[in-house]
Formats: sequence, C-alpha cells, structure tokens
Amino acid sequence: MRHLPWDRIISVLVILPSALAVGVFVYGFIAWSGWVSLSNWDGLRPDLSWSGFVNYARLFANPRFQIDIRNTIVFTISFLSACILLGLGLAILLDQGVRGENVFRSLFLFPMAISFIVTGVTWRWLLAPGDPTTGRLTGINVLLNGLNLPLSQWYTDPTVLYIQPTGEFGQFLGRIGLGFLTTPNFGIPVAMFSIVIAATWQMSGYVMAMYLAGLRGIPEELREAARVDGADEWQVYRHIVFPLLRPITLSVVIILGHISLKIFDLVAAMSKKGPGFATDVPAYFMFETTFQGDHYAQGASIAIFLLLSVSLLVIPYLIYSTRREAEL
Amino acid sequence: MSRNTLWSLLGLMLVAVLFLSACAPPAPAATPTPAAPAPTEKKLEIFSWWTTGGEAAGLLKLFDMYKQKFPDVEIINATVAGGAGFEAKPALKARMLGGDPPDSFQVHMGHELIDTWVTTGYMEPLDDLFKEEGWEKVFPSGVLAIISYNGSYWSVPVNIHRANVLWYNKKVFEANGWKPPTTFDEFFTLAEAMKAKGITPLALGDVGIWASTHLFEVILAGTLGAEKYNGLWTGQTDWNGPEVKQALDTMAKMLEYANPDHSALSWDQANDLVIQGKAGMTIMGDWVDADNLAKGFADSGWAPPPGTQGIFVALSDTFGLPKNAPHPQQVREWLRLVGSKAGQEAFNPVKGSICARNDCDANLFGPYLQSAMQDWAKDAIVPSLAHGAAASESWVTLINDVMTVFVTDRDVAKAQAGLAQACKDAGVCK
Repeated sequence: MRHLPWDRIISVLVILPSALAVGVFVYGFIAWSGWVSLSNWDGLRPDLSWSGFVNYARLFANPRFQIDIRNTIVFTISFLSACILLGLGLAILLDQGVRGENVFRSLFLFPMAISFIVTGVTWRWLLAPGDPTTGRLTGINVLLNGLNLPLSQWYTDPTVLYIQPTGEFGQFLGRIGLGFLTTPNFGIPVAMFSIVIAATWQMSGYVMAMYLAGLRGIPEELREAARVDGADEWQVYRHIVFPLLRPITLSVVIILGHISLKIFDLVAAMSKKGPGFATDVPAYFMFETTFQGDHYAQGASIAIFLLLSVSLLVIPYLIYSTRREAEL
Repeated sequence: MSRNTLWSLLGLMLVAVLFLSACAPPAPAATPTPAAPAPTEKKLEIFSWWTTGGEAAGLLKLFDMYKQKFPDVEIINATVAGGAGFEAKPALKARMLGGDPPDSFQVHMGHELIDTWVTTGYMEPLDDLFKEEGWEKVFPSGVLAIISYNGSYWSVPVNIHRANVLWYNKKVFEANGWKPPTTFDEFFTLAEAMKAKGITPLALGDVGIWASTHLFEVILAGTLGAEKYNGLWTGQTDWNGPEVKQALDTMAKMLEYANPDHSALSWDQANDLVIQGKAGMTIMGDWVDADNLAKGFADSGWAPPPGTQGIFVALSDTFGLPKNAPHPQQVREWLRLVGSKAGQEAFNPVKGSICARNDCDANLFGPYLQSAMQDWAKDAIVPSLAHGAAASESWVTLINDVMTVFVTDRDVAKAQAGLAQACKDAGVCK
C-alpha cells in the first residue's frame, strides 16, 4: 500500500509536463485568440479594449467572407466525396489480390508524403490555363488540345454556377420565398474543382490505405456465408462489406474534413484567392487580414470561426468514440 | 530515487524553463529602455527580402563596403525570400511585436513605413543623421516629404523604382511601324491593331492581385494627373468622382485586351510574353529592366504609360532604426553608408534602380536607368499605391480586395463604391 501513492505522484509528474505545455501552447493561445477577437485591436499596436461581437458581425457581413464560406462548403463536399469514392475504389481493386500489390499500394500512398506546397506548385503548372488564342499552352491543356477536347481555364475560371432567378426553377424559388438561393453566394465556383483535383490526388491514397486495412479486417467467413446464402458479389459488398466499413468512413470524414476546413497551403501555392475570390478560403483570408492588413482582431475572429467549425466536426466524433470505448 | 522519477523531474524542469521563457514579457516598444547594456560584441543584423539576382548582389556590395570600414563588426544577413516582401513582412511584424527587432530592416518608404511603424512608436527619428550628412540637400523634396512624419525623418532611402513604365518589344514595334501610345485613345487603337495581328496587346501577370492594383494606380495617375492623384490619398480627391469612374472604365476596357490567363501568371512571366513577341506591351515597374538584362533581352523599349508623361510614380526601399535595436551605434553607421553617394552608386546599378540622391554619376548606369534618372530630376513625383508608398498596408489590402472582384466582373459602379468605402474604412475619407 505504501507504493500506491508514490506511483500516483510519479504518474502525475509524468503527465504534468505535456499537460502544462498543451495547456499553455494550445488552450492558452486559443483563449488569447478568443480574447483578441473580442477586442478593438486594429493596426499593429495591441489594443485589447473590449469591443463585444463587433468583429464577428462585420465578418459575416463581409462579402469576401460569405464567398469563403461558400467555397469551403463546395470544397469540403467535393473533396471528401472524390477521396472516398476514389480511395474505396482503389482499395477494393487492390483487395482482389493483384500481383505486386505492395508496389501499387506504395505508389498510391506516396503523394501523401509530399507537402501541400509542393503539390500546389506542381498542379499550378499542370492545370495552367495558357492562352488558346495564341496556342501558348502547358500541362493538361496540351493533352486536351491534342485530343481535340475543349480546353479548361482551370483555377482561373471565374465562372460561378448558380440557379438563375429568371429560370423556371429560380422563379419557383422566388415565389416560395427562397429567392436568396438564386444568388452566386449559393453557387458553385468552377475554379474550386482544380483545387479539389490536386487535393484528391494527394489524399486519396491515404483513404485507400485506410479502407484497405478495413477490408482486410473483414473475416472471409462472413463473405463466404453470404455467398452460400446466394448473395451475388454486389450484394456481398452492399450488405456485408460496406456496413462493416462504416467506422472507417467516419474516421476518413473526420480526418479529411478538418484538413479541408483548415486548408491554406495548397491554395496559397496554387491559386491564392483566385479570380473574384473563386478559390479563396477562410484560412487564406485570415492570413491576409491579420498579417498583411494588420486587422488583428478581425483576423482572430476568422481563426475562432475556423476553430468552431472544426470543433463541430471533431467534438461529436470524440464523444462518440469515447462512449464506444466505455461500452467495450 | 528511481530512474522514472528522475526522468519525469527532468522533463518537468524542461517544461518549466520553456514556460518561463514563453511568459517573459516582451520589452514594450513604446517605452524605450534607455542605455541597453553596452554591446560587448559588435554585430549588425540587417533584415530584408533581397535574396535573388541583382538585389542580393547589391546588398552584399553594401555589406562589403561596411566591412571595409568596420572590420570588427559581424554582419548578420537576415533575409526572408519572397517577392515584394510578401513573406518577409509578416515575419518582421512577429519579431517587432515580440520585442526582438532586427538592427535595421528594409521597408518601403511612405505609408508602409509611417503607418505601420512610425505612428505606432516603433522607430527612432533620424533628424540628427540627416543634418550631419546634409541629406536635406541631396534628396529631392518629394522624397523628403514622403519619409517624414510630424516634422521628423524616419528612414533613409537607398533606391528609387518607377512604377509607371510601359514596356514593349522594339523589334515587334518596328516591324509593324507602331509607336508607344501616349493617350488612352492611342492605346486602344494600337491594341486593336495588335489584336488583328494575333498579338496579345497587353501582357498582365496578376497572381496575388498586386499587379492589377499596380496597373490601376498607373491608370489613375494617367487619368487624374499628379495633383488629383495625390489627393486620393489625403481625402481631397473624391473617390466617388467622375475621374475615378473614368479610370475604372479605362481599366475594364484594357483588361479586355489582356491575356486571358493573367491570374495564373506572375509579372515576370507576363514580361516573358513581351520578350517572345507574343504580347505587345506590359505595364509594370522598372524592375522589368533587371529582368530583361538577366534574360539577355536587348530589344526592350520603354515609355511612360498613357497620360503619365511628366509623372514619376515612385517607390523606394529604405532602412530605419527601430527602437530597442540591439546595436544602435552600428545601425547609424549602416544608415550613413546606405545614404551616401558611394553606397548608392555601388548598390543601385546592380539592383537595377536609380539613386534616391540626385548627385549619382549617370555613367555607372545602363540606358534605361539613365533615362529614368533624367525623368526623376524633372518629373512630378507621386507615391505608388501597390508598393506601400501612397497608403497604409491595411488600406492597400482593402483596395486589393476590390481589385480581385473587379478584374473578374468589371462592374465599375460596384468597384467605385468599394473603393470609396475602403477610403472610409482606412480612416482617411469621412
């Protein structure tokens, strides 16, 4: 019995350094950002006087920020679905027992080892629009041109697809009081898909690895049993494999989701804010507002918004997984 | 004591040290601590974003000259790479706010210096230095006005760049019998002729948008003239007025003659189009001259862009003395060198800029720079917007946002309203 309290002390002592470090450098700084976001700090000299929620009100009224939210939603949805579809597809193909699986697995996984900056610079060139009128082309557009396919402006395309208020559906929305849906703020910026392509190229291999691990964890007996019961191959996947992969999908959504909400480096290297903010994202807006514009309080409010939006994704997951651990 | 305990105690101590050092309050910049401990070792740390080509070579020349005079001083070349100081400025701000200023740093003259660092109390005045060196006589009054605030001088300009230059390919122009346009009407007539020949009339590379803001400031100067252009930055010229609208109209029309992929290119890639003869002209600052020399392009022609004859839209790199700089004595000597005739004559021909002083030997410079020196001596000098001279960084950021939307939708009314609002947000317009 004499040993127990001593063990306790040691365990506390061992935990304390990292708890302290995390406490100060993570939670302390979060609190600091939160405080700054509620202050009047505009310009280089700190001014921490209380301003209330003025910065947040101004933020949500800012047209650039409204565009940023639209872009983030479009990016997150298309990036996640592309990665999951591609990753799952690759994993299923690899799971068929192809020869040289190791080679393929590494091949698809390698892009993840590259930083987003390198990916951004590379894809910036690959997807460079060039100038079709003078035939000055680079990258993928050379390929498209050679195949006589229409060229794309890629990340320099200012087009935003949205429901036209004059169209039949737009008029219908207007009549039932949803006319606000017929504005570009509820549209889809075409340029964003170039960023999605680059991000998917980088991250889909990682998703594949996760799904592959999940597939390997499904006992062959389950599939066999289903086949014995007369299920065809599609039904095996539909009713056995996909349901068992659901926890993996959840992890993928959490991991890719928080990357996608916070994305900065890829956009900064590839297209920055893009034509008419077509590829602007909150993190890039935060960088410019804070470190170029010196609007520190405004920048902090964007940072806190980012934190809260990521929390919306991560906290339910943490609650869910701790509850599951407790059940086990 | 068991082994585990020892380790955990060590870890605890490490964190405690980290914690304390993180919590040590930064020296407040507003109240200069007099008599900083006499530096036992002589050092000089110079912060800049001059990392490539001529600019880095020019900086090293200045360092060599300094070392010859003061061989016992160790120079620390603190650079952060990236065009126009895009990455360097945030790094500098972090150091200054954290109470760890470099001895001296590169900063654009004008509001970037004054609004960011002087009004906030981070700099020392340099009046005594200007008197001792007689700089009030050798720097043009336009420059002295831009670097002063509250009756004091705050930095020493080392060079001058011109923002309003129209660059063209002489061979292409001669082959077609074209002349550089002097009015906007001539510009558009010429642009039509170029288009008919399959040449992109205007090369633009505005990745990161500043090149479009740059183009806009040149059009503003060409439309409003020097005096009204200056009034924009003091609130005397109305941003809602007809001239600003006219400038925006002109810009919208010009953009129709620009390469469609401008938002994917940088300014030097746009210049490549002119070099290759694929584009007719580009409107860009005179760092294009250094780019042409580096690329071995000798057929470059230059002229003031439409409407800006007799106007010199200027920007300048300057060095100052931050409060609490660790080695102020060495900095003063550095500033003396930077402002001296010998220092500027060594630096500028390599950097591809002209001297801020008006007594440099013209023979040391190439043909473009010689012509720029002549214009510098007689033109009306006005500050550049895109390069920090005319407006505070926060104002420039707001204008950049307006430009980002404008180059895409070309909605003149919306852009003009945005510009007027930006002037209000910057606290200049009522």
